[in-house]
Amino acid sequence: MTTVLEPTIDTPAGPADSGLLRRPTNPKGAWSWITTVDHKRIGIMYGVTAFVFFLLGGIEALLIRVQLAKPNGTVLSAEAYNQIFTMHGTTMVFLVVMPMSAAFFNYLAPLQIGARDVAFPRLNAFSFWAFLFGGLFLYSSFLLGGAPNGGWFGYAPNTSITFSPGYNIDFWIFGLQILGIASTVGAVNLIVTMLNMRAPGMTLMRMPVFTWMTLVSSFLILFAMPVITVALFLLMFDRNFGSNFFNPAAGGDPVLWQHLFWLFGHPEVYILILPAMGMVSEILPTFARKPLFGYPVIVFSGIAIGFMGWGVWVHHMFSVGLGPVAVSAFSVSTMFIAVPTGVKIFNWVATVWRGSLRFTTPMLFALGFIAMFTIGGLSGVTHSVSPHDRQQTDTYYVVAHFHYVLFGGALFGIMGGIYYWWPKIFGYLLDERWGKVNFWTWLVGFNLTFAPMHILGLRGMPRRIYTYDDSLGLAALNMMATVGSFVIAVSTMIFMYNVWYSTKRRRIPAGDDPWDARTLEWATASPPPDYNFKEVPVVHSVDDFWHQKYTEDDEGRLIRIDGGKPGPSTADVAFRAAAAAAVDGNGTGGDGAPPAPPVQTAHELGIHMPSPSYYPLLAALSLPILGYGMMYGRSSGSHYVVAGLGAVLLFASIYAWGMEPSAEPEEPHGHDGHDGEPALVGAGPQAELGAGDGADGPAGDGEGSDESPGTGNGEAGA
Amino acid sequence: MTVTEQAGPAAPEAAHGDGHGHVTNTGLSNEKLAMWTFLGSECLLFGALISAYFLYRGKSTSGPTPEEIYDIPFTSVSSFVLLMSSLTMVLALAAIQRGDHRRLRVWLMATALLGATFIAGQVYEFTSFIREGLTIKTNLFGSSFFVLTGFHGVHVTLGIVMLLSLWNLSLRGKLPREKSEVVEIAGLYWHFVDVVWIVIFTVIYLIPT
Amino acid sequence: MSSGVADTAKDLETHDGHDGEHDAHAGHPTEAQYVKIALFLAVVTGIEVGLYYTSFSEVATNVTLLVLAGVKFVVVAAYFMHLKFDHPIVRRLFITGFVLACFCYVAYLVTLGVFL
Repeated sequence: MTTVLEPTIDTPAGPADSGLLRRPTNPKGAWSWITTVDHKRIGIMYGVTAFVFFLLGGIEALLIRVQLAKPNGTVLSAEAYNQIFTMHGTTMVFLVVMPMSAAFFNYLAPLQIGARDVAFPRLNAFSFWAFLFGGLFLYSSFLLGGAPNGGWFGYAPNTSITFSPGYNIDFWIFGLQILGIASTVGAVNLIVTMLNMRAPGMTLMRMPVFTWMTLVSSFLILFAMPVITVALFLLMFDRNFGSNFFNPAAGGDPVLWQHLFWLFGHPEVYILILPAMGMVSEILPTFARKPLFGYPVIVFSGIAIGFMGWGVWVHHMFSVGLGPVAVSAFSVSTMFIAVPTGVKIFNWVATVWRGSLRFTTPMLFALGFIAMFTIGGLSGVTHSVSPHDRQQTDTYYVVAHFHYVLFGGALFGIMGGIYYWWPKIFGYLLDERWGKVNFWTWLVGFNLTFAPMHILGLRGMPRRIYTYDDSLGLAALNMMATVGSFVIAVSTMIFMYNVWYSTKRRRIPAGDDPWDARTLEWATASPPPDYNFKEVPVVHSVDDFWHQKYTEDDEGRLIRIDGGKPGPSTADVAFRAAAAAAVDGNGTGGDGAPPAPPVQTAHELGIHMPSPSYYPLLAALSLPILGYGMMYGRSSGSHYVVAGLGAVLLFASIYAWGMEPSAEPEEPHGHDGHDGEPALVGAGPQAELGAGDGADGPAGDGEGSDESPGTGNGEAGA
Repeated sequence: MTVTEQAGPAAPEAAHGDGHGHVTNTGLSNEKLAMWTFLGSECLLFGALISAYFLYRGKSTSGPTPEEIYDIPFTSVSSFVLLMSSLTMVLALAAIQRGDHRRLRVWLMATALLGATFIAGQVYEFTSFIREGLTIKTNLFGSSFFVLTGFHGVHVTLGIVMLLSLWNLSLRGKLPREKSEVVEIAGLYWHFVDVVWIVIFTVIYLIPT
Repeated sequence: MSSGVADTAKDLETHDGHDGEHDAHAGHPTEAQYVKIALFLAVVTGIEVGLYYTSFSEVATNVTLLVLAGVKFVVVAAYFMHLKFDHPIVRRLFITGFVLACFCYVAYLVTLGVFL
């Protein structure tokens, strides 16, 4: 390989206008983020945006808790309360947990499989922008007449035009459709990436568990989103065009809504939890210095949960009147799904059993996950017993259950993931002491808030009520829950302080592998260069990176074989790193090795990376335009013109996107024979994205072929 | 989705390829795999719409019923037209695969025209139903019929747009033989839309209430 | 329409290696075969329409119609969409979606009394 004579900036320096719009060339600055197609930057943007929505959803939660702290509360009117609790749920599910998971999928999956990026980098950027615009669209409702107020589940005919005449529900419908497009398109991208772009030697059964959970979640998203897409379309047709799907007067069946919603909704909860389970499965082995117990079983349990998750949705409808046969059947299936989940819990416990444990912040969150999720799972098992569910349903017992699994589960896992992967993503560690304060306040606050709700529910406090009378004896526990919610708020602020403090003050350099971890992302720099790996790794086993570092002697003791110092055992990582930094003045991860050479650019190494593009952003921008046009069109036909303009923008962006090559032709550097090719359909130098060169190739995302979800969903089918 | 099906790791010697072929774990291109993945999800989409139709079959409390309003001979011809468009589509693909660009364009245009004929038939059908008193608002049948077939019609229309784009690109010399996979992938979408109609025609039109 | 058929298989074989397809296109239909398949589909459609006008028992008619539709579905998928000749993963992807759809939607219709 002959290299270029002098180093240049990372992005291609050649003529950057094969498409309609000149492609940006500066690797830094706001425009570089706006036009980025790098999965790592996209992951960071997902994470930051999701965190902002977490704060908004948290404020909504605090408003709920303040209103319910005392009987006959007057902080929120009934109407305001409906909007707040609807947006709290919608935000946390669609704008926080899913995108946070997406942040990690995006950042980690290519690294963990040894690839340079995802299969369709521009489509990846489109998913992010569509998510952002969908979230903004939803929140614009607060300023434009009122937020969605039908619950996050939107039961019809309550959400029909008769009972919800304002635009609140329309914002909900179109907002979720936009988010659905983002998710579905992202799922296709990740599935193709994981099936097609693994490094040589990385068979499916050598992938990290987090990657596996990414794959299973992506399949769940792929198959579940169309169902809610249809449900939302049917509701939209009812509201905007007078159809009768949920119109009881014409024979429409409200239970149709519930079936379609929960056919989506139940797999959705597995979409919410599996990524966090994957994160925990990575964190525990690292801090127990033991391989994950029963890797194949954990993988198969994840797959089993993915499949079985399709067979239990009616458990959300036990009290609707479907009859004893349906209820019994789904009662049994719901009990069965506890099995693979329980298997995972046992495997995690076995992983830490007799491990050489380090109680770092990520480890604490992971252990917290196991405990809290188990509690939530147990209350879930009580739900599966349908006669008992008759008492629990629509009470605060259910609220307790799902917060234990979603907060105690997903959010604990995600927090663990944030602390664990932060050094990889940003190159420095989050402070351990503040991290521990964060964890303990989070744990205490969480339990103080949600544990009482089990009792409140069994005492008969219904869900979704804006107040309650003081004669009901619910006041004390409600007040306790409210206090707990503010402890969570304080914990969140401590987390934010930790981020600020670690970034501005301590800035402990992390080095490549601060935790002495096991998977491939730790084998490259922190943060990784834009091309991820200098050379595509060849994989020989699960936890291949670990086996490159260590072997075992006859007595099972670890021996380091790659020249680094044996990894941390009980010493505090931060202390070592700080000590090392004090000694040699730059980040080496604390093993005393000579400073790493400066990271070379992709161009220097002859690696072609996909080029930035404006079109994903433009295409995504068309979606809220379509949304507003369609929404207001039902009152005044002229707004359909706006929708039409949105459609034109969408088509034009997709067409231009298809014509634009995925990577600009570069300065010739003698490496291969395709410099200076004429611009053919989406052609151009194939961005060599590792062994699995499934780059944004010829007509990959051109010609509207796999854009049809985007195109279609805007107006009609997906 | 099982663990045994992946084609195994790409051999290191194939890893660099010739710069054009992307070496993938399955041997299929990313684009083709993506289209099939998408089509898998489309099954869930159309299945939901078909199931809603089924739920409301025979339950309309007023207004025209299917038996009263369907014109089976007309729809049969329409269905035949769409079916034949799948033939012209595979012929278009065969043409580009052997480098015959003129034939490619002939068959692409034929497919688009057959598709447009189908859509014209749909439009005629919709307007005559509306004239006969069946709209989306009339009853459960009207709602579920128009939404289901309307979604399908939009899919066909988008397919026609794709086909015409390909035709245009070929005319401008921008669709060489090496890019024949684009035509294949557009074809997959087209055949799928045809397959959905095969189901709709049988289940919605032919199976009596 | 059948010109160049003999050359097609060879050309396609080169094309295979070029884009890394899984097998060597053994059994890939020729253009003449595609036309025959299309005629078969037309005939089946004709039979279906004919059945509509008969007065056999409702169950027999419906079952036959469904079977015929299934046959057409499989034929288009296997031959026109090339599923029979491609890497098994795409067949599995598609079938998973299809089976899942059938299962879930039939199940909910059963709970609402539409079937059984």
